[in-house]
Amino acid sequence: MDLNDLYRDVIVDHNRNPRNFRPMPDASRQADGHNPLCGDQLTVFVKLDGERIQDVSFQGNGCAISVASASLLTESVKGKTVTEAEEIFRTMHALLTREDCGIDPVSLGKLGALSGVRAFPARVKCASLCWHTLDAALHQQTDAACTE
Amino acid sequence: MSTSATFRETPSHAASPSIDVESIRRDFPVLSRQIRGKPLTYLDNAASSQRPRAVIDAISNYYSTSHANVHRGVHTLSQEATDLFEAARERVRRFLNARSTREIIFVRGTTEAINLVAQSFGRPRLGPGDEIVVSWLEHHANIVPWQMLCEQTGAVLRVIPITREGEVDFAAYERLLSPRTRLLALSHVSNALGTIVPVHRFIEAAKARGIPVLLDGAQAVPHIEVDLQALGCDFYAFSGHKMCGPTGIGVLYGREEVLRDMPPWQGGGDMILAVSFGKTVYNELPFKFEAGTPHIAGAIGLAAAIDYLEGIGMDRIAAAEHDLLDYATERLRAIPGLSIVGTAPEKAAVASFTIEGIHPHDLGTILDHEGVAIRTGHHCAMPVMEFFGLPATARASFAFYNTREEVDRLIDALQVAREMLG
Repeated sequence: MDLNDLYRDVIVDHNRNPRNFRPMPDASRQADGHNPLCGDQLTVFVKLDGERIQDVSFQGNGCAISVASASLLTESVKGKTVTEAEEIFRTMHALLTREDCGIDPVSLGKLGALSGVRAFPARVKCASLCWHTLDAALHQQTDAACTE
Repeated sequence: MSTSATFRETPSHAASPSIDVESIRRDFPVLSRQIRGKPLTYLDNAASSQRPRAVIDAISNYYSTSHANVHRGVHTLSQEATDLFEAARERVRRFLNARSTREIIFVRGTTEAINLVAQSFGRPRLGPGDEIVVSWLEHHANIVPWQMLCEQTGAVLRVIPITREGEVDFAAYERLLSPRTRLLALSHVSNALGTIVPVHRFIEAAKARGIPVLLDGAQAVPHIEVDLQALGCDFYAFSGHKMCGPTGIGVLYGREEVLRDMPPWQGGGDMILAVSFGKTVYNELPFKFEAGTPHIAGAIGLAAAIDYLEGIGMDRIAAAEHDLLDYATERLRAIPGLSIVGTAPEKAAVASFTIEGIHPHDLGTILDHEGVAIRTGHHCAMPVMEFFGLPATARASFAFYNTREEVDRLIDALQVAREMLG
């Protein structure tokens, strides 16, 4: 377990300069996520044009892993359909939690940078929080998403 | 106590404590561990301390030679186990200068002790509109049991504010006290910030109004001398595992006059004198509050931990830890962007801090790779974090077995984190 495998350049960059880090007053869907263990808290906003995710952004505070993961999320699902975004959510969930997921991180582009998190069990929830929150927003759940 | 009295001539603010830290470190097997090829630097003592060989041996010897159930059998082992268990109770009494072993109740820990008081002392006495006073410093174990009691009785929780330095606001406390105040439940030492609360003043003000007082001593007992008769509180709660003792054992001290009037909390074996379906007669103190087979090995281990701590001397422990805190505070302050949270003039050896641009959780992971164990998060004291507007802090907490060299390793590891993420 090398620390540089967790804090890869892509992660460090997205933590320092998170993309789409802004509120969205005209969001069609939004959900709050909370990781009670470390206090990470974020809101994911989604603007839908029919089935297509026209815009996506987030706000909140958290560790480098959770901020970078949310930032990478917004880049990866913008312009995708809801069905495609849900497929990415399932892929990321498997990548973060299953040793035997068989997913080649390289095939995921920048999102593959999060594959190093799996070796740090205490940090998996940091990376997965925004994905659960996106899932909740897409399904219009009113309760806050929670990693517990 | 006589050992400790001879050391009292050394002022507690002595710059160079006279404990032989290298020899002490050899008493703790875990301190020689390597973490990822680096020496373990254990600075998470406020969460749980480590165990000296003497405590591990006491538990192991008990199970190897003398274990049986207590207060029951006529056979030799049962008598030996009972003697060891009751000797442990007397050891605790002497350590804290309580009047009687009838006032020493073994429980699982601080949390269970406070819940016992809430349910057995609070519930029958409180009604709608009655008030329980706590401070903003409390950790969850001294908040949630009272909230539950409020839900059950209609009583109201009143919270004493703290200052930016992390001190409990005494003037605000006096204003909060009212004819409806039924209990003051206060931390002796804050786990999140290290503040040593000047509890004598708070108790005095409560007593002048006839208000009972519970002190949460989980963070105090391991680090400062506690004299229960001098304090004059009605209840005092603490845990074994923060003072080099086992997990799962703790103590509720209660003044005998108060305990006598309280109904049992849990029912079962050991807490009764006679049981029939017509009428059950409860046992005398302290057994009335100890239903079921107790954590016998835990109590024996706790007594061994007290022997160990007093062998060093509580005042020398306090002085050594104070020296470490001063050194750590000075070195931490020199790191750009670092803010220390909790700057009360009287503090136990806890340094809570944040570094601009680096989340405490990332600090925790990076420090772990340097072998440095600290706590990051809300420290089970979310209201304290809320007060300072922080989601979390990093917390280094020191014990007498820590060294200045370990403080240096903490500082070096923080520099690694700044280079990586800052």
